[in-house]
Amino acid sequence: MEQIVFYVFAAVAVGSALLVILQQRAVYSAFSLIVCFGALAVLYFQLGAALVAALQVIVYAGAIMVLFLFVIMLLDPKSERFGPDRFKKTALAALPAAAFLAFVLLRVFPAWSPRGSGDPLGSGEGPKRIAHILFQDYLLPFEVTSILILVAILGAVVLVKHRPD
Amino acid sequence: MGMVPATHYLALGAVLFVIGVAGFIVRRNVITMFMSVELMLNAVNLTFLAYARTWNQVDAHIFVFFVMTVAAAEAAVGLALILGLDRHSQTLDIDTVNRLQG
Repeated sequence: MEQIVFYVFAAVAVGSALLVILQQRAVYSAFSLIVCFGALAVLYFQLGAALVAALQVIVYAGAIMVLFLFVIMLLDPKSERFGPDRFKKTALAALPAAAFLAFVLLRVFPAWSPRGSGDPLGSGEGPKRIAHILFQDYLLPFEVTSILILVAILGAVVLVKHRPD
Repeated sequence: MGMVPATHYLALGAVLFVIGVAGFIVRRNVITMFMSVELMLNAVNLTFLAYARTWNQVDAHIFVFFVMTVAAAEAAVGLALILGLDRHSQTLDIDTVNRLQG
């Protein structure tokens, strides 16, 4: 059962990820990316990370991608013309990418094949344990993150503020 | 119930990451490049969670939260930059924005 779900949603994730980078229009890329995030949320759920899966849908597919769609529809970017040097560029990108992928896969596959020992968070225990760790062991990074968000908000406001000149 | 070995999740993460890298290099539209970065971040998240299950550690989930937070902050700033770029030079093509080339 887990295998079927994994392979189906892995295929969906890879296919929609390919669509993200192959579509000419940015808005289609954005929709493909939402599909990819949905498939990944299912995989997170399978890995025993129900809370992360929910956050993936709410934060990523919900908030961040809506932000993307806002900007895309606001700017209405022309569909990208793939120039005559497209194949040169693609080869230039594909070569290091393929090399990296080959390296990683060769490292990953012959190595020990760890089989997961079930879900690390049990059932229903997840958020409790995560909160415990987040607010005790990782309290300082958590607070630093809030400062990061504050700075990001201020930066975004400053960047888009209209300066009459 | 047959379990999927963690290596398959890791391989999927690697594939998604490489697709993101390729998109970032090939595409010239700033927004699409930005979406490729989001794809890479998600591939890393998948890797984190695969290892979390393998070693039965919850800490990786915390790291995924942090990655998501940083991605949200990055999206806010990056999209503001894209808006500024469009306002400044009326284009989203990264090849025409090369004034720092010297």
